[in-house]
Amino acid sequence: MTTASRRRVRRQGRRDGGVPAPLLVPAAVAVVFLVLPLVGLVVRAPWSDLGAQLTDPRVGEALRLSLETATLATLLSLVLGVPLAWVLARSRARGRAVLRALVTVPLVLPPVVGGVALFLVLGRRGLVGQYLDQWFGWTIPFSTTAVVIAETFVAMPFLVISVEGALRAADARFEDAAATLGADRWTTFRRVTLPLIAPGVAAGAVLCWARALGEFGATITFAGNFPGTTQTMPLAVYLALQSDPQAAIVLSLVLLAVSLATLLLLRDRWLGRAGAGP
Amino acid sequence: MSLAAHVVVQRGGLLVDVRLAVADGEVLAVLGPNGAGKSSVLRVLAGLLVPDDGRVVVDGDTVWDDERVHVPAHRRALGMVFQDHLLFPHLSVTENVAFGLRTRGVARGPARAAADGWLTRVGLDGMGGRRPGELSGGQAQRAALARALVGEPRLLLLDEPLSALDARTRLTVRAELRRHLAEFAGATVLVTHDPVDALALADRVVVVEDGRVVQEGRPADVARRPRTDYVARLVGMTLLAGTGRGDVVDLDGGGTVAVGEEATGPVFVAVRPESVALYLSRPGGADPASGRSWGSPRNVWPTRLVTATPHGSTVRCDLDGEVPLTADVTVTAFAELGLAPGATVWASVKASEVAVYPR
Repeated sequence: MTTASRRRVRRQGRRDGGVPAPLLVPAAVAVVFLVLPLVGLVVRAPWSDLGAQLTDPRVGEALRLSLETATLATLLSLVLGVPLAWVLARSRARGRAVLRALVTVPLVLPPVVGGVALFLVLGRRGLVGQYLDQWFGWTIPFSTTAVVIAETFVAMPFLVISVEGALRAADARFEDAAATLGADRWTTFRRVTLPLIAPGVAAGAVLCWARALGEFGATITFAGNFPGTTQTMPLAVYLALQSDPQAAIVLSLVLLAVSLATLLLLRDRWLGRAGAGP
Repeated sequence: MSLAAHVVVQRGGLLVDVRLAVADGEVLAVLGPNGAGKSSVLRVLAGLLVPDDGRVVVDGDTVWDDERVHVPAHRRALGMVFQDHLLFPHLSVTENVAFGLRTRGVARGPARAAADGWLTRVGLDGMGGRRPGELSGGQAQRAALARALVGEPRLLLLDEPLSALDARTRLTVRAELRRHLAEFAGATVLVTHDPVDALALADRVVVVEDGRVVQEGRPADVARRPRTDYVARLVGMTLLAGTGRGDVVDLDGGGTVAVGEEATGPVFVAVRPESVALYLSRPGGADPASGRSWGSPRNVWPTRLVTATPHGSTVRCDLDGEVPLTADVTVTAFAELGLAPGATVWASVKASEVAVYPR
């Protein structure tokens, strides 16, 4: 009691350290809420036969598919998203605000809705899909291509927002300097702008990749759940939970490990942006 | 004529309308306060800013003519040095200097050789492998100059090239810049708000205020005969407007000044602060310092001390009265006078020390 009250007095004596109880209690609850499930995952994991579970070919297949599709989706997002970010950040065209709003819709859209929308456009009878089917014999839904498309749809906005922010933060006068040195806008983009925003592009790519890796709703709606072709890790987790909860935990652990690795990669950018130099 | 330009550009509430002409080998300084529009003019000359109207002709080639000719910045043969060097941080110093040659199609090897040659010329021998972040401010600005000149431009644009440097570095870089400008065959436009830069580097000065040219001439003439309060303040003079009447000038603000030369009609009167002497009582016969007789000094005014600021070994006194003046007195003299702001003091100037010239 005396110790507690003394501690309280000391805490009140400090200028900045004190956290008011109405904030402290919910904050503590929030921490528990966020961390406890992860602890549960680790505690309940079948550590004894983890090796056997991990070497199960079905796990390897789902993991390989997940890594491949997430990487392809990230590459696709880079190729399309970086130019889009440049247009949003640099062009003075009217309607840019509208364009940005449209681009960021997939950020807030429930992924299942995205999957349905993709199906309506790219399905065999979709707006575009029917022609792909008639003219080229391409059927996209329920294929690995559909997985990549669904993941790109959901994840690309993360990259666009991140790269656009980096472009806005970059000093555009370097582009002026390049122009006075005879560089046209494309050369300037390749040799000056892109190297300057490289850290932002990398961060955006990691975020995009992590989002693609965890994609569930749009994927299962648009690509289905076929082992080997469309069953990515999140889908495998969901399926396993209904038949083999132990396997679901193992698969979840693998995803958790990948997520933590991503967080470590991004840590320097999130914690104060120290050492942002090249 | 190597550069002939008429630049009209609206920047916010300011309409900039400036005509410039610079000969080959000539250095023109555009001097003006911040926000006068001088940087906008430079950006138009570079092709980085679209003017609302006007014409830019470099070496007889029109690079901008409203509605007809629009040559973008990257196809103009120019070199530009920016206030904070703007060396590309991800490239080495050599790669920075070689950048302009590479974009213009020079192969990597020759471009790097030329870049290293220029680095030697600006005193950065052996520093080509460093990153710009590893250079001091003065070194970075030298590298930026090399980067601007390596492509042998016809027009060199300098945007406050020394103002980001500390005082000592500025002195040495200014001297080097002067040497390189003397060797440069094309036209140079230097934008600065520092009259020392303009006096030290330029063959001719254009003073821009509020988007207009208010004075133009050789640096020494501009410094000796300022035509606006801004220029007068820059060169440390008090400028008074008046009407000449023989050897006296009736000031527009009231009062008269005796001048050394005959003057008639609208004139400017300029007084150097160091030629103003201060007395606690109306001075009569002799200069207290030398004991020399002044006869009767004709320029004696009662004034009130507004502010007194230390200024090197002197104290700069702003004086209010019928004739507003600035006086520089030695610290010792200031201490002997024992003046406090608000005190009444007599100010005196010899007629021969007063510059007078037509408005």
